[in-house]
Amino acid sequence: MSASLPRVSASVAMPKGSLQQVFDNLRAAGYTLVGPTVRDSAIVLDEIDGLDDLPQGWTDEQQPAHYRLKKAPDNQYFSYGVGPHSWKQFLHPSRLRLFSVEKNNGSWTIRPSQEPPPRYAFIGVRACDVAAIGIQDRVLIGSEFRDPHYAARREQVFVLAVNCSHSGATCFCASMKTGPKVTGGFDLALTELPDIFLVEIGSEAGAEVLGDVPWEAATAFDLGRASRVIQRAERQDGRHMLTDDLPDVLYENLESPQWDEVATRCLSCANCTLVCPTCFCTTVEDVSNLRATSAERIRVADSCFNRDFSHVHGGNSRPTIRSRYRQWLTHKLASWIDQFGTSGCVGCGRCITWCPVGIEITEEVNAIRAKGGK
Amino acid sequence: MASEARPKLAVYKFSSCDGCQLALLNLEDELLSLVGAVEIAYFLEASSATLPGPYDVALVEGSVTTAEDVERIHAIRKDAKCLMTIGACATTGGIQALRNWKDVNEFIRCVYARPEYIHTLKDSTPISKHVKVDLELNGCPINKVQALEVLTALLQGRAPHLPPHAVCMECKRRGTVCVTVAQGIACLGPLTHAGCGALCPSYNRGCYGCFGPMENPNPDSLAAHLLSTGVSRSHVIQLLRGFTGYSDAFRAASDKLERIAQ
Repeated sequence: MSASLPRVSASVAMPKGSLQQVFDNLRAAGYTLVGPTVRDSAIVLDEIDGLDDLPQGWTDEQQPAHYRLKKAPDNQYFSYGVGPHSWKQFLHPSRLRLFSVEKNNGSWTIRPSQEPPPRYAFIGVRACDVAAIGIQDRVLIGSEFRDPHYAARREQVFVLAVNCSHSGATCFCASMKTGPKVTGGFDLALTELPDIFLVEIGSEAGAEVLGDVPWEAATAFDLGRASRVIQRAERQDGRHMLTDDLPDVLYENLESPQWDEVATRCLSCANCTLVCPTCFCTTVEDVSNLRATSAERIRVADSCFNRDFSHVHGGNSRPTIRSRYRQWLTHKLASWIDQFGTSGCVGCGRCITWCPVGIEITEEVNAIRAKGGK
Repeated sequence: MASEARPKLAVYKFSSCDGCQLALLNLEDELLSLVGAVEIAYFLEASSATLPGPYDVALVEGSVTTAEDVERIHAIRKDAKCLMTIGACATTGGIQALRNWKDVNEFIRCVYARPEYIHTLKDSTPISKHVKVDLELNGCPINKVQALEVLTALLQGRAPHLPPHAVCMECKRRGTVCVTVAQGIACLGPLTHAGCGALCPSYNRGCYGCFGPMENPNPDSLAAHLLSTGVSRSHVIQLLRGFTGYSDAFRAASDKLERIAQ
């Protein structure tokens, strides 16, 4: 046991039960804990109190358009992949009141939304999702046009990441070079072993949270075991995306017959964009009362699969499902790179699992490449 | 607002269960302000006192199923500046449009002790089949928040906010886990017009499409997927032939499945 704090970038071994103490310390520091928990036949992200709320002993089975919650063969806390939710629902909420206006004695008063942004500790963030948060950072606060609502939440977030020990059949983080090992953007990163958590310290804040938690310097044996766990997850990745010829293969095949083919299957229901941890589009809705004496402006999540999204004066620039699917895929994998310097895809596989008809982004790219003769 | 300036509102019923009219009366908190803002000139479900037309806004519930209905809807159209249908019956023909696939006389013989008293049309049809409709409000029943939004927009002279995208948007925005993907429950959400706030999936059941087709429904794809996961053809047909089964998109898809089966 050490009385002093571990240094940043060190790895330490911690008894599993001590994670509760980490949670208590985070709460004492004013954080609201958000993490994985079982609800509605899935592992979702929600506010949690302690270790008991984690899906201990649970895992998931994922395939295109298929997700099943299952009992895990082990009794670990993190033996599952990413679920239907992502962290964007806390950093970039799907519904946010921006301001309200009220009419008094003939004049209007504008009241900006005054709710203080919540201070979240994210528990169990996977490598693909750490990468996704990094991508949303670039999009939403990485230029001169900053989203103040995202910034206010993001600046306070504590990230307790987890290296994946299992990959799902729809995962392809290794292809996108985002995982399964977390390599940055965290305060603490856990690797779960049968007997201990191996904890990598990512920041001063992370070290401080370990204040009164019993820990020991990690042994070479522990580090070896942890690295084998992560390697196993990497080998398990169920899907692969060849990225060498992206974005060109998409730009060169904008008239590929594959776009027509996928349009016969795509429902344009927007599920892929809403489960995607990097898709960020929003619209605003104005609500007024009957007498037109008060109104509110609400920002809600939107999608390029909705027709109104591309409605402009004089008509719609993407009137067909074909044009909307092509826009989504080429933005995600090609023009995102031109716009923001990275791919918009982190390989989390959510769009494959949660598409109601199981359209696979990886297969669509393969088909476009094959039909284009490249 | 002076009372003489209040727009005159009329509410009519055709073949329907009255549920959409009740949804209007269920506005409760907002009902008094609504009565202050519009003059309810004709609404038999709420009051037997009526005022003569013409009316600024006519809300029409129910589908057309009799020869008298046909005459009445034309008269109502002549008397109304703006005609808006409310609910699945008025907008798509309703659950009673199931008879459109069968011989109505057989139903009459099965149901009524004295079939000779029944004078009805062969089909149940939406209002828009007979007269020009200015705006359609979906749902079985309509969503009262949407009803209030439409009336508010009409009073203020702005476009109402009635997003035509899929119910899935509403599930995802509220964080509901997809019942189809996570539990294998057949759900029409990806084909169905939003507006209910994704009510059924939040109670762990599939959407049965009571708001009718969304803006660009692709029922053939969803049906093919349901069949591939082991849902029977007859179940998919039954799912599509629900409260809005006679809408163009759902009807075409269920007819196609039936043709393939034969």
